[in-house]
Amino acid sequence: MNRVVITGLGVISAAGHNAADFWEKVSNGRPSIGEITTIPTDTLTVKIGAEVAGFEPQEYFDKRQLGMLDRFSQFGLVAAREAVSDSGISFEGEAGERAAAIIGSGVGGQTTLDDSYWAIYAEKKSRVHPFTVPRLMINAATSHITMEHGIKGPAYSIASACSSANHAMGQAFLMVRSGMVDAAVTGGAEATITVGTMKGWEALRVMANDTCRPFSKGRTGMVLGEGSAVFVFETLDKAKARGAHIYAEVVGHGLSSDAMDITLPDVGGAARAIAGALKDGGLNPEEVTYVNAHGTGTAANDVTETRALKQVFGDHAGALAISSTKSMVGHALGGAGALELAAVVLGMRDGVVPPTANYVEPDPDCDLDYVPNDAREMQIDAAISNSFAFGGLNAVMALKRFS
Amino acid sequence: MASVESDIFEIIAEKAAVERDKIVSTASLQELEIESLDVVEIIFAIEEKFDIHVPFNANDQELEFDTVGDVVKAVKNLIAESGAA
Repeated sequence: MNRVVITGLGVISAAGHNAADFWEKVSNGRPSIGEITTIPTDTLTVKIGAEVAGFEPQEYFDKRQLGMLDRFSQFGLVAAREAVSDSGISFEGEAGERAAAIIGSGVGGQTTLDDSYWAIYAEKKSRVHPFTVPRLMINAATSHITMEHGIKGPAYSIASACSSANHAMGQAFLMVRSGMVDAAVTGGAEATITVGTMKGWEALRVMANDTCRPFSKGRTGMVLGEGSAVFVFETLDKAKARGAHIYAEVVGHGLSSDAMDITLPDVGGAARAIAGALKDGGLNPEEVTYVNAHGTGTAANDVTETRALKQVFGDHAGALAISSTKSMVGHALGGAGALELAAVVLGMRDGVVPPTANYVEPDPDCDLDYVPNDAREMQIDAAISNSFAFGGLNAVMALKRFS
Repeated sequence: MASVESDIFEIIAEKAAVERDKIVSTASLQELEIESLDVVEIIFAIEEKFDIHVPFNANDQELEFDTVGDVVKAVKNLIAESGAA
C-alpha cells in the first residue's frame, strides 16, 4: 500500500478566489457572510449567504469555453488549475493515464437549471440554451478538469449532499493508496445560490437570518455558501521522486450510513465514521489534536456532532481543538468538505487552528472546545475533518502532518 | 375564528398522522409525537391555507411551538396582522 500525500491545493470561496486569500481570512477568523448580491432577493425571506463575490469568469475562460460552463464547473476548474500548478505535477503521457479525477458535488449545475426553468416557465420561451444538459450534469466539473489537464484514468463525480467532497476525496485516497493510480485531482465544487435553491432551503426552516454560529448558544441555523477546493493527492514515492512540496499526509477515511432519517443526524452514524477514519489511519484517539467539524450551526447537527466526538474520543474529547469554518465561508454543500480540508492542510502547514467565528456564548449541550472567535497557534500533528450529509451519509478524512 | 382552529387541527391531523380526537389546544406537540419535520410540513400547509408567512425557524428554541394552542394563537395573530396590513 502506498502512502498518500497532498502536493497541491486550490481554493475559490467567499473568502477570495485563491488559497492564499482563503487562508488569510479563515486563519484570522474573518467571516465572509453577507447580503446576497448575485441573485434578486426580493422574494426571499433569507437574504444572506457566503457568495464568491467579484468573480468574473471571463478572466479565467475564453468565451467559447464559458458557454459550456455552469458556475459550479467554473469554480471547480479555477480551484483545479491552482492545485495542479501549485503541485507542479505533469499529466503528460502515461502519467495522465495513471491519474484520477474525482470531484464531489451535491447538485451540479443549479444556476443553469434555474435559468432554464425561468426562461421556460416565466418568460414563456420555447427553447433553452443548446448546452443546457452538458452544463448542468453533476459530472461536468470533473469532465472539464480531465480535459483541461489531460487526466485519462478513472474519473467521475460523487453526489452525497453535504458529504460529496469527503466521499470524493476518500475515493481518490483509496485509489492512490491501493496503487490503482499514481495521483488524483480531487475535491468538491458547488454553486447553488439561486432563487429556486434558496426557496428550497428556506422551506426546510433551517436557515439562519443573522449569521452562522456553530456550537454557540443563540445559533439559528446554516448559511449557504459556494465555491470549490481541489487537491492533488499523490503517492509519497512519486512526490519524493520529483521533489514535490508536501503539505500533509492523508492517512485514513471513514464512512458510514445512519440508515435512520432523511434529515436528522444520528450520533451512532457520525461516531462510526469518525472511529472508522481513525482506525483506517492507524491513529489512536489521543493523537488527534484538531477536528474540523461539520458544524453547520443547526440545532440538530451541532449537538449530535458533539455527542459523537465524545463517544469516540472519550475523555480526550475535552482536549480537542474543534472548529467549524462554515462560520466564515458558509455551507458549500458538496464543496464543503473540500474547503474544510483546505483549512486543515493549511492549518497543519502554519501551526494555526482556524476559529469558530460568530460564537456568542456556550450552549450547555455543546460543551467542548470550539476555538471560539480567535485562531489558536498550535502544532497540528493529526486531524480529522467531518462531513455528515442529509440522508445520513457520513464521511470523515484523517490527516497527519508530514515531517 | 373558530374555523381557523378547526382548520389547523385538520392540518395537524393529516400532516402528522395523528388521530383528530387527540388534537386539543392544550395537547403538546411532543405528546402527540409530532417531529420537527412534521412541524415544518404543518407550517407550510398553514401558510398555503391562510396565505400568510409564518416566521418559523426550526433552530430557534425561543420560537418553539409547545402546544397545539400555541400554533393556533400564532396563526390567528398573523391572520389579523395580514388583514390589518
